[in-house]
Amino acid sequence: MATPPLSVDRLAEVFGPHRNYEPPGGWGDAARRPDALVKTHCSFCGMQCGIQLKVRDNRVVGFEPWEAFPFNHGMLCPKGVKRYLQGAHPDRLLSCLQRTDAGFAKISYERALAETARRLTAIRDQYGPDAIAVYGGASMVTEKAYVLGKFARVALGTKHIDYNGRLCMVSAGTAYKLTFGVDRATNPWPDLATADVVLIAGSNTAECAPITTYHLWQCRERGGRLIVMDPRMTPITRNADLYLPVRPGTDLAVFLAMLHVIVGDGLVRDAFIRDRTTGFEAVRASVAEWTPARAAEISGVRPDDIVKAAHWIGETDRAMGLHARGIEHHSKGVENCLAMLNLFLATGNVGREGAGCMMITGQGNGQGGREHGQKCDQLPGMRDIRDPAARQYIASVWGVPEESLPGPGKSAVEIMEAIHRGEIKALLSMCFNPVVSLPDAAFTREALSKLEFFGIIDFFLCETAHHADIVFAGSLQEEDEGTVCSAEGRVQKINKAVDPPGDARSDALIICDLARALGRGQHFDYPGGTRDIYEELRLASRGGLADYYGITWDRIERELGVFWPCPTLDHPGTPRLFADGRFAHADGKAHMQVTEWRESGDPADATYPILLTTGRVVSHYLSGAQTRRIGPLVDQCPEPRLELHPALAATLGVADGDWLEVTTRRAALVIQAMVVRTIRPDTVFIPYHWPGQRSANRLTHRTLDPRSKIPEFKVSACRLEKVAPPLELSTWRREETGWGAPASGDQRSDLPRSDR
Amino acid sequence: MNGYQFFVDPSRCIGCKSCMQACAECDSHRGVSMIHVDFLDRANSIATAPTVCMHCETPTCAMVCPADAIKRGEDGIVRSALEPRCIACSNCVLACPFGVPTVHVELELMMKCDMCYDRTSIGLRPMCATVCPSQALTFGPADLIERQRAARPVRDFQFGHEHVRTKVWMMAPTDVRDITVDVADYMWKEQ
Ligand code: SF4
Ligand code: SF4
Ligand code: SF4
Repeated sequence: MATPPLSVDRLAEVFGPHRNYEPPGGWGDAARRPDALVKTHCSFCGMQCGIQLKVRDNRVVGFEPWEAFPFNHGMLCPKGVKRYLQGAHPDRLLSCLQRTDAGFAKISYERALAETARRLTAIRDQYGPDAIAVYGGASMVTEKAYVLGKFARVALGTKHIDYNGRLCMVSAGTAYKLTFGVDRATNPWPDLATADVVLIAGSNTAECAPITTYHLWQCRERGGRLIVMDPRMTPITRNADLYLPVRPGTDLAVFLAMLHVIVGDGLVRDAFIRDRTTGFEAVRASVAEWTPARAAEISGVRPDDIVKAAHWIGETDRAMGLHARGIEHHSKGVENCLAMLNLFLATGNVGREGAGCMMITGQGNGQGGREHGQKCDQLPGMRDIRDPAARQYIASVWGVPEESLPGPGKSAVEIMEAIHRGEIKALLSMCFNPVVSLPDAAFTREALSKLEFFGIIDFFLCETAHHADIVFAGSLQEEDEGTVCSAEGRVQKINKAVDPPGDARSDALIICDLARALGRGQHFDYPGGTRDIYEELRLASRGGLADYYGITWDRIERELGVFWPCPTLDHPGTPRLFADGRFAHADGKAHMQVTEWRESGDPADATYPILLTTGRVVSHYLSGAQTRRIGPLVDQCPEPRLELHPALAATLGVADGDWLEVTTRRAALVIQAMVVRTIRPDTVFIPYHWPGQRSANRLTHRTLDPRSKIPEFKVSACRLEKVAPPLELSTWRREETGWGAPASGDQRSDLPRSDR
Repeated sequence: MNGYQFFVDPSRCIGCKSCMQACAECDSHRGVSMIHVDFLDRANSIATAPTVCMHCETPTCAMVCPADAIKRGEDGIVRSALEPRCIACSNCVLACPFGVPTVHVELELMMKCDMCYDRTSIGLRPMCATVCPSQALTFGPADLIERQRAARPVRDFQFGHEHVRTKVWMMAPTDVRDITVDVADYMWKEQ
């Protein structure tokens, strides 16, 4: 039973989150003067900004902008500025841990390996390999993602490996593969500045991809126009030329109506459709009934604004689209993306400078982290795991028989559901904090408690690790090297700034050692470390969609990043896709897809009349496991607040700063109100970076998109009630209790803080 | 950095506070930011604006300082108060037309933006303007700004009868030559 050994409060006393405010050694000149400046990249979003870390005495003590890096020219958001505070943090795990009745006890690395291998082997022998699942993450370097995928399939032999990018990019990825034949943004970011019109749909660009605003504002300086479609006015809206306040879950209706207008008003580029696409006739027929008036009824966007947006896009040959989780976190997330792509294809706006449609990858390595094999249905090089040729090739690179490679496994939420049903007995997790990030948090905790074995590799004891049997002290991004791929598709080099402290190790090394302990070491022999893993990855990706073969670490350093596909060493890389007139499908055409309207999975009714949507704030990253430990970032946004419109607030008798209980079909939580006119009156918003009583994901539901298996974070039905403020804020802040020993009977963890 | 100027365009600001977080990294005011970012009216808008020292040619803060603690250098940068002189009287706080100086009671010292003197004097750009992701804060050559921006840089401000010229430029609509801040200036003269 993988339940936490102590109440979460007690665990938090020892393992945090504590807030770190000062560089290691304090602010004094002596401690801050660097021995070295290490050029690398920020770890906190898909922009992957270039940054220089100041290193002194094997500790990161500060940062210096890296102005020569061509993507961000030294620009950074507050997460990048303060990210150096995560190293040398008091919460940093310095040794492996094993759960005991009294808390977590320090154990040696060798014992952690042996114990993990023993338990995993026993479970595999008893229930078969598919009783073990592996979770990965898209915030770690591509080499780690690659080796984790290989580990699951070659060392464990399980088909169940998936990653937290399942909560992030998969709807867009699925749609781009269906339509374009490849899963990547079409254009490099500076193209945005050259567009005449940019449609931004479902993206809080300013907070989640801050550097993008530079390019968008440059677009406006040239006279370009911005269309912003979102239930909330996020900061990007301040300079929007047209704002479409779409009701959560109804983006598809707006896209369909826009295409209806494009078709009806003669804005379709016939030659482009004829020469470069398939499927348009069916798509055209499917939008015939989608008049702007009908879409307006559903979405709450004015019909004339739909017409205007359609005309702006259709009347130029320099239109670009940007979209993110706002249209993707839906049970029709793939449809939303497909319908948006159809707008740009119908108007011929793909494959040129200033013309294209692009997803904005959210995670640190959101793009690279999904290309090389930790996704349940893919092998390295963005290859389909069902494709016999792909299987044959990867098996040959790995030196294993093709039939030994498992087929497609379950996706992230499905894995948690299989754990809950008792089908999956063991979980090994790296770079994923599902207790905070999966929908329906109570269900996630219940599921984790049923595991017979749970091993985790992490650098902080995140909330999910409270359930672990064995915790390996892994590595921060700055403690290892490797590559990442930015939202643009640019492969970049992460350089090592410091060694992992104490008994912590490189994550990739831990995985390889674990493979050895499982008796499969012959396939994980990388004497040159991460560089050797990359060399194998290059080969494994060769001939795939995401072809890295021509990209060496040396080239990346020299050229400041190389865009894939890059099949040969003398290939210049591919910043802009489809510029040669060919899409990535075998026939060279874009395959336009018909999309059908359907309701979201948790619809509003008389009992739950309001729509809840969730998202991010600029100072936090994902589940907050890192940023909730960085003092200045916590101060910028210490607690979640629920945004609601004054008209809704009036019906509830609520003023700014009052407290509300939000109830969905799954759970309730109490939260402070923020009354703002910048959100639709039928919608409320909660940011999702917090655990326990403050976790937005207690409220969300597990409905998945049938193709991408993304959960529908962006729309849940809820009701609201004004409540008295919690008597003690500390009670409210307290994380889940009632796990393990009763709070009063708790013994202290057997591990004093100084000894971690 | 010869010819480089400091430009502020609040309409670009996305309220991310990267400037504040980066300013606080400076070794001369460790952990404390010299820049402010404010929501103008959060209940009704997402608009935010940064405030940096405008570095006036005739700084009001220095003129009202009884201890002669605020100096303007030959480079046009108005420095923070001099530590032994400043008596933390807050005259400068009240007098500054842009609301920039802050008195830090615990230090008994007025501190404000010195345009990253430590950086600009060795050829680096000021921290806030380097990191600002929207380039609402920009430090660069004036001709580049002229080429790349639709708005026009202005550095003359009219506060009632008082005219203030600053080193820092504010981006304004193309037909504006100076920024007039007093309601009286907009009233019909006969009243
Ligand atoms: S979080 Fe993103 S935008 Fe912010 S500094 Fe890091 S990479 Fe850049
Ligand atoms: S110029 Fe330097 S001192 Fe002034 S606000 Fe910017 S970072 Fe701070
Ligand atoms: S860094 Fe730039 S965009 Fe962010 S708050 Fe400061 S001025 Fe505004």
